[in-house]
Amino acid sequence: MNDRNRKIGEYIPAPDDDVIVCRCEEITKGEIRRAVHDGMFTLTEIRRYLRTGMGLCQGQTCTRLVKGIVARELGIRPNELREATGRAPMRPIEMCILAKDKEEKE
Amino acid sequence: MNAEVIIVGGGIIGCAAAYNLAKNGTSVLVLEGSENIGNGGSSRNGGGVRQSGRDPRELPLAMYAIKHIWKELSDMLDTDVEYYQHGNLRLGSTQKHRQILEGLTKRGAEYGLDVRMIDGYEARQINPYLSEEVTCASWCPTDGHANPLMATMGYYKMARRLGAHFISGEKVKELRKIKGAARQVVTESGNVYEGDKIIVAAGYDSRFIASTVGIDIPMQPVLLETLVTEAAAPMFWQMLGTADADFYGHQTTHGSFVFGLNSGYEPYAKPGKPFSSSIAASAACRGIMHYFPSLADIKIVRSWAGWMDSCADHVPVISTVEEVPGLILACGFSGHGFGISPAVGLLLSQLALEQETVLDLSAFRYNRFS
Repeated sequence: MNDRNRKIGEYIPAPDDDVIVCRCEEITKGEIRRAVHDGMFTLTEIRRYLRTGMGLCQGQTCTRLVKGIVARELGIRPNELREATGRAPMRPIEMCILAKDKEEKE
Repeated sequence: MNAEVIIVGGGIIGCAAAYNLAKNGTSVLVLEGSENIGNGGSSRNGGGVRQSGRDPRELPLAMYAIKHIWKELSDMLDTDVEYYQHGNLRLGSTQKHRQILEGLTKRGAEYGLDVRMIDGYEARQINPYLSEEVTCASWCPTDGHANPLMATMGYYKMARRLGAHFISGEKVKELRKIKGAARQVVTESGNVYEGDKIIVAAGYDSRFIASTVGIDIPMQPVLLETLVTEAAAPMFWQMLGTADADFYGHQTTHGSFVFGLNSGYEPYAKPGKPFSSSIAASAACRGIMHYFPSLADIKIVRSWAGWMDSCADHVPVISTVEEVPGLILACGFSGHGFGISPAVGLLLSQLALEQETVLDLSAFRYNRFS
C-alpha cells in the first residue's frame, strides 16, 4: 500500500540538480527529484512521466542512479523500489530486419 | 477513511474524474489496485484522439472532448500532453478497403463530422511519405493524437495538487451496501473506506467489483500490443490508421513513432499478465513498410502489451445503477477510452455531483444489454 499523501517534505533545490542522470533522454537529477514531489512515487511512474530509461540503452545505464535518487527523496531504501519492466527487443532492431520472421509471397 | 466520492481505479478515467471533482472542492479518494498510477490501457494505448471511425453513440463524447477540452488540456494540467490536431488518415489499398472506409466515412458524416474520402494522390499531398500502394483514404482534419502517459500522469498530478487523495497497491475486493445504497469499499488488505458515491473505473476488474453488488457488465479482456521506435527528425503529425486496422500510430514530440498493432491472434492471448507476442510486431512492421517504405531502417526500441476491457457492443458503460444507488460505473471502454477520457472525467464528476450532464448518457446505460 502506497499512500500518495504521506509527507515527504518540500522539494529543496540542490547544487547538483542540473547533473544529467539519464544520458539517452537527457533527464537531470533535479527533474527526477521534482517529479517525486509531483507524486511520481515509483520507477515506472518516473519513466512514464520523464522518459528516464526510455532511450536507446533502455535504462541499462541510469536505472540504479534513478532508483537511488527517488529512494532518497521518498526517505526509503532503494531496494524497496521495483525496477520498471524490461521490454523486448533486447537491442534496438530495424523494422526491415524484424519484419523478416516470415518471407512474403510475391 | 471517508471521502465524498471514492474512485476505484487510477487510470486516466479515474484520474480525470478525480481532477474534475477536486476542482469542484469535493473530497475524493482514488484507490489503485496496482503499484502504479495509469497501469492499464491508459499507459499502453496508441494515443489516438479520434472522432472518425467511432461508433455513432460514442461520437458526441469524442467531438465534445476535441472541441472543448483537448486544446486546453496542457494548460489545465500544467503538463505538456503533446496534443496535435493535424488530422487522421485511414489508409487503404484495395477495393475492399475502399468499401470499409466509405462505410465509416458515410456514418461519421451523417452525424455531422467533417470526414471525407480522398484518393491516393491527395493522401500523398497530406503525407508525402506514403507509398504508391495507398489508393484511397478517409481524411478527418480535426482528429489528432496526444501522449497517453503525459495526459494520465498530468491528470493525476493536478488532481493531487487540487487535494485528491490517491492510494496505490490497494486492490478492491468488494463493495458493500448500507441501507440499500453503495457505501463501503473493502480492499484485499482488509481496509474499509466509506463514500457517498463510488465510481468504479477499474477496466476489466470492474466486472468482478460490480458483481459484488449483483451487477454484471458483459465484457472481455482483449490484448493490445504497441511498439515504439527510436527518435527521427520530424516527418509528419497526422494520426494514421488503416482500413484493416492492422496498425495505427503517429510520430511523437520526442521524434519516435508509436504504432499500435493487430495481428489477429489477440483474442487468443494467454490470460494473466499481458505479454507481447512473438509475431505481432513483425507482422506490423511488414504492414507499416508497405505504406511507409522510408521507415524500413528505423529501429524499434521497445514493445509492450496491455488488456482492453472490451464491452459486448464495443462502447463503454458510463452509468448510475438503479438497483445500487450511489454506484457509478465507467468501464468497457473497448480500446477507445483515451481520446474521450477528458469528456468522460467531466461527465463522471457531474453524475457523482447529481448535476445535469453536458451530454446525454442514455446510450451508455449499464442495463442496455437485455
